[in-house]
Amino acid sequence: MANTGTNDWPPTCSAALLHKRAELYKTIRSFFEQRSVLEVETPILSQATNADPNLASFPVGDSLYLQTSPEFPMKRLLATGSGSIYQITKSFRRSESGRFHNPEFTLLEWYRLDFGVQQLIDEVVDLLKHCFNLSLNIEVNTYSELFFNATDIDPHTAGVDELQQYASDKGSPEAVTICGRRHSDWLDYIFSQYIQPTLDKDTLYFVTDYPACMAMLAKLSDEDIPKAKRFEVYYRQLELANGYEELTDANIQRARFEADQLCRKGQGLEAVPMDQRLLAALEHGLPSCSGVALGLDRLLMSMTNASSIDEVLSFPIQRA
Amino acid sequence: MATYSTNEFKGGLKIMLDSAPCSIIENEFVRPGKGPAFSRVKIRNLKTGRVIDRTFKSGETVEAADVMETEMAYLYADGEFWHFMNEESYEQYAADETAVGDASKWLKEQDKCTVTLWNGAPLSVDPPNFVELKVADTDPGLKGDTSGGGGKPATMETGAVVRVPLFVQIDEMVKIDTRTGEYASRVKG
Repeated sequence: MANTGTNDWPPTCSAALLHKRAELYKTIRSFFEQRSVLEVETPILSQATNADPNLASFPVGDSLYLQTSPEFPMKRLLATGSGSIYQITKSFRRSESGRFHNPEFTLLEWYRLDFGVQQLIDEVVDLLKHCFNLSLNIEVNTYSELFFNATDIDPHTAGVDELQQYASDKGSPEAVTICGRRHSDWLDYIFSQYIQPTLDKDTLYFVTDYPACMAMLAKLSDEDIPKAKRFEVYYRQLELANGYEELTDANIQRARFEADQLCRKGQGLEAVPMDQRLLAALEHGLPSCSGVALGLDRLLMSMTNASSIDEVLSFPIQRA
Repeated sequence: MATYSTNEFKGGLKIMLDSAPCSIIENEFVRPGKGPAFSRVKIRNLKTGRVIDRTFKSGETVEAADVMETEMAYLYADGEFWHFMNEESYEQYAADETAVGDASKWLKEQDKCTVTLWNGAPLSVDPPNFVELKVADTDPGLKGDTSGGGGKPATMETGAVVRVPLFVQIDEMVKIDTRTGEYASRVKG
């Protein structure tokens, strides 16, 4: 018989993990069923894609893209009056591969009508308690609390020069090649290099009130120094989820997309088609809502103390 | 000139950094929050042995270091250089004191060492994990003591000083673990 000489055909995860994943999906589905949140399905292939310069979509054929998250079509459903919805779906991000990344990964994304950030945080806590089946040590911190405690810098007012100086003093002068003059990129770099590694591994962190330049698709607050109404969830120093009180204003959203496109151009990245159908849905009217995306592969990692995402995937990209 | 992109980074890869040859110890892909992706890399400077942390923008390329680890036989020292020979090509290489470093005290003629070459010149020398050396000098121990406890210092033929059990005598051959500098066993003659 011919021998292919290939020995990387079996899965990288254990049989127990296949069961663990199936159990997790069951927990999630029953959680949302009890709360009357509707499970939906939206396309993975799309004619438009996210223009965020830090996200790279996989192009397919001449004019399609694999989705980087199901956010845009789900918002279009919300705009037609679907009510609260959730989805478990594959998402794709090019050139993201490593101990905590696989270019193809599974997201749980859900939207709740009339929820603010705090209500959605409470719901994430409830869901995670079900998943972990134990009591978790939970801390809610504002972004600036965590940032200031670690660096003595106020992230809402610090300029690029101050952030660059901090990284340089900390022994990362090369960070300028990564972040350039982009304010939000500097904040993200410093947070991931000097704050994330200091988080207590056994505490589930909710980080809230982001600087306005990191608003993405979130609403801004009305304060003198506006803050983005979004939160991220960290457990075992790993980002698990990202939530927004959703921006409903089509004009502001269009302006942010255009700024993204400009930024792509400035960085020499290819232009991508803007999602006009999302903007049309926002013009039609997106009900007041909050939404969050939770990485299920990473959730499985933290539930099982896995040190690599490969341990929870059947076939990571090297074996796909 | 060969280059590596950050997505080829992995432990053991040899790259040039700040004009020095370096070896990657570990590489971690990071994509913070919604920020730009980068690689967080632990790197050993092969000249100084120093380990540093660096970050690289994802997709950035760095020059490959022409570094090769080759097994060679140690031939002799002439007071200034230590001479090695690649037993396949019969090419000979002279390593200076910086390259040989601490390995010099374990080097015995004909032993197989790992010589790391950078641009064709010896950069560092690693002795075999175990060497067999003759004891040149040690206090006479008590006869009949076979326990491993206690021990005494012994000077090897190469000049290295190693703690050996009391029963080891001058002119005996002993096996030494060069990674720890500790006595492993007696070699039956």
